Amino acid sequence: MNLLEGVRTALLSITSNKMRSGLTMLGVIIGVAAVVIMVAIGEGANLQVSSQIERLGSNLLIVMPGRTREPGARTMGAFGSMDVLTMDEVQAIRDECPSVRAVAPEISRGTTVRYGSSSIQTQVVATTPEYLSVRAFTVASGSFFTEQDVQLAAKVAVVGQGVVDELFSGADPIGQELKVGQVRLRVIGVMGSKGQSGMTNVDDAIYVPITTAQKRILGTKYVRTIYAQANDAKSMDAANDEIVSVLAARLGSTDAFYVRNQADVLGAAQDVTRVFTLLLAGIASVSLLVGGIGVMNIMLVSVTERTREIGLRKALGARTVDILMQFLIESVVLSLVGGVIGIIVGIAGSRIAARVAGWPAAVSVGAVLIPFCFSLAVGLFFGIYPASRAGRLNPVEALRYE
Amino acid sequence: MGAGPGPDSAVVRGESSVIEVDRLRKIYRVGSIEVAALRGVSLRIDEGEFVAIMGPSGSGKTTFMNILGCLDQPTEGSYSLDEVLVSEMDDTELARVRNRRIGFVFQTYNLLPRLNAAANVELPLIYRGVPRRTRRLLAVRALEAVGLKDRLHHKPSELSGGQQQRVAIARSLVTHPQIVLADEPTGNLDTKSGVEIMAIFQALNDSGITVVLVTHNADIAQYAKRIVRFRDGLIVADETLSSRTIAERDESLDALIAGLTEGTAEEVKAG
Repeated sequence: MNLLEGVRTALLSITSNKMRSGLTMLGVIIGVAAVVIMVAIGEGANLQVSSQIERLGSNLLIVMPGRTREPGARTMGAFGSMDVLTMDEVQAIRDECPSVRAVAPEISRGTTVRYGSSSIQTQVVATTPEYLSVRAFTVASGSFFTEQDVQLAAKVAVVGQGVVDELFSGADPIGQELKVGQVRLRVIGVMGSKGQSGMTNVDDAIYVPITTAQKRILGTKYVRTIYAQANDAKSMDAANDEIVSVLAARLGSTDAFYVRNQADVLGAAQDVTRVFTLLLAGIASVSLLVGGIGVMNIMLVSVTERTREIGLRKALGARTVDILMQFLIESVVLSLVGGVIGIIVGIAGSRIAARVAGWPAAVSVGAVLIPFCFSLAVGLFFGIYPASRAGRLNPVEALRYE
Repeated sequence: MGAGPGPDSAVVRGESSVIEVDRLRKIYRVGSIEVAALRGVSLRIDEGEFVAIMGPSGSGKTTFMNILGCLDQPTEGSYSLDEVLVSEMDDTELARVRNRRIGFVFQTYNLLPRLNAAANVELPLIYRGVPRRTRRLLAVRALEAVGLKDRLHHKPSELSGGQQQRVAIARSLVTHPQIVLADEPTGNLDTKSGVEIMAIFQALNDSGITVVLVTHNADIAQYAKRIVRFRDGLIVADETLSSRTIAERDESLDALIAGLTEGTAEEVKAG
């Protein structure tokens, strides 16, 4: 009996018991769809995080207070807690590091911002004008604050698009006055919309001169983060070394701060999402395994039910291997058809999941091929035992079976 | 070859034996109890014979048929088919013998309920690797020979018992076997259908096919040329009928069966 004949026989047997075959396939469909969806969610999250990190700016080095730990142990969110970096360090990096093109400090803090009688919770981002080029941000209307505003600790602010929408109900905010705590800030510009970038949502923030924040709002002389932009991709390592030596000399120790480049951050974040993806896929695989056990169960029932048929086929000249193949093909066809349907359901499901999560739908070739091969393997693995039982049946006893 | 009866063989008869069994014993173990179904059976069946095996239930005749059909192996003794020892064949060779040399007809027909008549008849050809189109052609001819040309697409459940048994006979014929083994082929049929079936067997036998059938109906046995009686796992009588009953049959049946065996042999072999 050739393969084509085997597939034809299997299809006939599958279609002659549609309800049962359908339910058996459902197990595989759910399992495969779950794997496809979970992997797509994981990969989507990965893409999302990667693009956020890439949106930080290009050729960025990030200096933060605190201890450098094992690469990857520290992720984006874990800011250092020690107050060590000041504007002097920013200036030192700007002056003494030839591979650094631009430097911008940042203090970012969640706070309440009021306008008239309404108020919102948002981020106050305190920085210098260089921030725009370092982070590759743009101003949509009005202007960003200037170096002079920084020197004067001017009471001005540039607002994100989200703040415009929420606090000003979309009206033009330029010239209006905001209140942060007791400090009144005049709005001089609106940031171009950029969405999530790193840990901050660019749109959901107001930007103020660093000195304004230090003196008037937060009462601190420290900065939390220093963004340094290297001249180009090749000078990243040189810039890193320069910053480390400058800061080590100033602060007396390399333990007081750490420097991360974008690749580190990206790698760390991708490590996290990879584990996340594996975890999701692992959980989904359990349902595929359960689906496979369903296939085996039905195949065992089918072998028992068709004992007489097996006996007859043997009497008519089927070899042990023919019977074995017949049932194996049936189990493989069952799980492959289930697998293909599962992949289709999974792709549709991950599109929906991506839309709900606001992530890109990341259905990769691997995320489709692997569950396909997996369902094939499920069919083979869980089919072998029932099929070999069928093949080994003694024809005389099989024919006598009631 | 060369595996014929030994010098002390109990069987001494004509020249070209198809089936030759020598002191066949078959012991079943049920728990710790041994049950001897066959206790030393020696028999020789020549080409073109029509043998009816008779005996009460438990006399070992079905076990004997299963051994003849290469479905079961004896515990002791030898079985030569065309002077080749069956005990020395492996699974593949046994399957090949069952497929090409032997046609089975069962009391309960054993048709696959999902398949229509033609597809049921095609079954043995599938295991022979005959291409689909040839298979269908041969199945149609075989069904035509047993008078079911107009029932090709009927499922077994849509056919009467006699018709189902004729489909089963067509299935046993479609490979152009040397031997047809029938286990109580008329056991589930009324007398009229039974006689129709016997007419087909007689026509088959007249075309040169060796027929061995098990029955415990003495009237049915009268259609054979020779009656072998079993009791308690032994042969107790072996008689050649001087005047057997001839079932009435249409002359076209012979022509169709002759056409079947002659016309299809080449095609089957080609497949």
